[in-house]
Amino acid sequence: MNDFIFFFNQVIIGGAVLGSIYALGAIGVTLIFGILRFAHFAHGDMMTMGAFFAFVLAGLFAGMGIVTPVPTGFLVLPIAMVIAAAAAVGIDKGFYAPLRARGARPVTLLIASIGVTMMIQGLIRLFFGVETRTFFATEPKGLIRIELPFEGVTRPISFTEPQVYLIVLTLIAVVALHVFLTRSRLGKGMRAMADNPDLAQVSGINTRLVVRVTWIIAGGLACMAGTMLALDVTLKPDLAFNIILPIFAAAIVGGLGQAYGAIAGGFLIGFAETLAVFNWSVLLRPFRDSLPEWFEIPGSLSLVQSEYKLTVAFIILVVVLLVRPTGIFKGAST
Amino acid sequence: MTQRYLVAFGGLFVLIIGVGMLMGAPFTVRLMVEAFAFALIAMGLNIQWGFGGLFNFGILGMLMVGGFAVTFISYPINPDFWGSGGPAMLGRTLIAAAIGAVLIVMAHRVQRLGITGKWRATVIVIAWFVAYIIFRSQMDPAARLIISEAGWVGGLGLPVVLGWAFGGVLAAIVAFFVGKVSLGLRTDYLAIATIGIAEILRAVIKNVEWLTRGTLTVSPIPWPVPDPLAFQAMGATPVESFIYARAGYLALVVAVVALALWLIHRAYMGPWGRMMRAIRDNHIAAGSMGKDVKGRQLEIFVFGSVLMGIGGAILVSFVQIFDPSSYQPIHHTFLIWVMLIVGGSGNNFGALFGGLFIYIIWILSEPLAQALFMVTSGFSEDMGWGAIPDIEARSVQMRVFVLGLVISIALRFAPRGLLPEVIKRHD
Repeated sequence: MNDFIFFFNQVIIGGAVLGSIYALGAIGVTLIFGILRFAHFAHGDMMTMGAFFAFVLAGLFAGMGIVTPVPTGFLVLPIAMVIAAAAAVGIDKGFYAPLRARGARPVTLLIASIGVTMMIQGLIRLFFGVETRTFFATEPKGLIRIELPFEGVTRPISFTEPQVYLIVLTLIAVVALHVFLTRSRLGKGMRAMADNPDLAQVSGINTRLVVRVTWIIAGGLACMAGTMLALDVTLKPDLAFNIILPIFAAAIVGGLGQAYGAIAGGFLIGFAETLAVFNWSVLLRPFRDSLPEWFEIPGSLSLVQSEYKLTVAFIILVVVLLVRPTGIFKGAST
Repeated sequence: MTQRYLVAFGGLFVLIIGVGMLMGAPFTVRLMVEAFAFALIAMGLNIQWGFGGLFNFGILGMLMVGGFAVTFISYPINPDFWGSGGPAMLGRTLIAAAIGAVLIVMAHRVQRLGITGKWRATVIVIAWFVAYIIFRSQMDPAARLIISEAGWVGGLGLPVVLGWAFGGVLAAIVAFFVGKVSLGLRTDYLAIATIGIAEILRAVIKNVEWLTRGTLTVSPIPWPVPDPLAFQAMGATPVESFIYARAGYLALVVAVVALALWLIHRAYMGPWGRMMRAIRDNHIAAGSMGKDVKGRQLEIFVFGSVLMGIGGAILVSFVQIFDPSSYQPIHHTFLIWVMLIVGGSGNNFGALFGGLFIYIIWILSEPLAQALFMVTSGFSEDMGWGAIPDIEARSVQMRVFVLGLVISIALRFAPRGLLPEVIKRHD
């Protein structure tokens, strides 16, 4: 039984945490792709930027002596999201809108987003240096242990406080997004524009507004994902640059342009990564006695070594692209 | 147009002379060697993107493959490995891999036995899984044995120039498979697929310690020309020896670049280049004219990757150390894209110019930023606000920002590059 709880802690909780972060990032990527038809590579750095906004705000709050039972990082999240959304709209105005106005191809926008990536990354390191920071320098990171009332169980189910907030907030964000996309006029307009931009424009949808709202949602969610990733691990300038590729993999696996696909893709990639590096021999150990004599349980029985964790996402991506090029949910194309 | 070329390359020449006077000759010659290697890589990307319209974000992978190839060929032989049981176990691994490959190929052909649809897919998945297990069952013990007994495989001790050529060949082989897998995809998907494959290559090269020594790094890798120590043995002072040795290396690299440029330009001006541009601009029309679009795209992807592999090999043997963890997307993929976009995609001389110019900017922006920070810091100290902390670490990061700014400005105001593509028309 202890081994199953180990499995639960490692795979289910780890996968859910990772999947939530991937899903939040992938929603932004996929919305931008659906509306503007280009792969926004700067999304990872928008996540990092959002995390740094939250970090600065948390520092300010701590400086003002505001202490609550909720970790300060979560307290300042709404304000940071507003700032990040404004920054996202500003980046669009400054770098992408002029190119769109000229009628540039999506590929040009993609290259422009590389430029934006480098500028954000340079600025972050310019202001904050390269060292690793943590949100929990002044307050403790709560650890929650649930002892199970079974006989012979010594290992508790354990997770940290930020992880609980993370999963709950992801759920709230996903439900809110669902309501927005299906109930509100603007959300329906967004879906219409993702399906057919020309038809949306002639039927009187304010496409400029839709573009702006897309950036607001994408920027806000990116900030949320980045901050939560920083709360779960640590805050580094290249925090999200390393996970932008799994996020893209999640968005593509789910079908670019499909918000629900992105959520599914995010969790799929998250769980696949934790499952692939999990040492399966742990689960075989309870059956040690009932296995045949010749069968010796190897010390390590993971599908891939943990160094290759990141490659799992790409292998899934490549296989999906080959077998079903538009993703699990049928995605848009340029 | 000719005027534009003269101004561009003349300005570049003046810039290089200026750098030489400011930073000293050894630094400038080193800078030029690396700049020419990057120009070669940018020319490779120009073949893929400028001629063929193929979006490759996996340049880093090709550079690593080239770097590994030259390390493997030119590094001295490791007698511990050849004396151990390693070669035999590697042979068995190879057989296991072959068995796995046969299994997979057979699984792909089961429809001949009447197994189709879902069942065929199941058989293929099982075959891949079984092949993977067979391979791992031989590979893991072999890797463990080599690491414990010999450290790593070592090199072959062959001439360095052969290693450069092998870098091109190995990159071509890898590019063939990458292209086979991903070239059917549309632009954005192709970008992500290539970046993903490059990351897989990076993870593999970094972690197969028995073959590449991984994060332990390999050094010193020999030079193809006499190195500074050889000149010092002949009685030159250290500074002189660096200048002579690097100048010799530079001459060799310039020769390689010139040869590549001549060959590419001839091909580009000929029927082959026109066909490639036709495929790039309208692959449906080109296909209907009887051109094998997919085959030609694969060809162009492989050609471009050869130059990238050679360029990666040149860079590694110049710095004499192969460190898989030193490869970063910004430095080894995005930088090259900036070179091509600023220089002018579709124009060979544009790629050459962009490669040299952007590399010089990239390297110089660090001391420039440092000087700028020093001045600002002095100013803020005078004003009583205190000095700027960690100037050195910050000015290193400044160049990433400068590069981003350069590409943003280039896309906005000169989207076709400083030396745009020339399209000859015979009306």
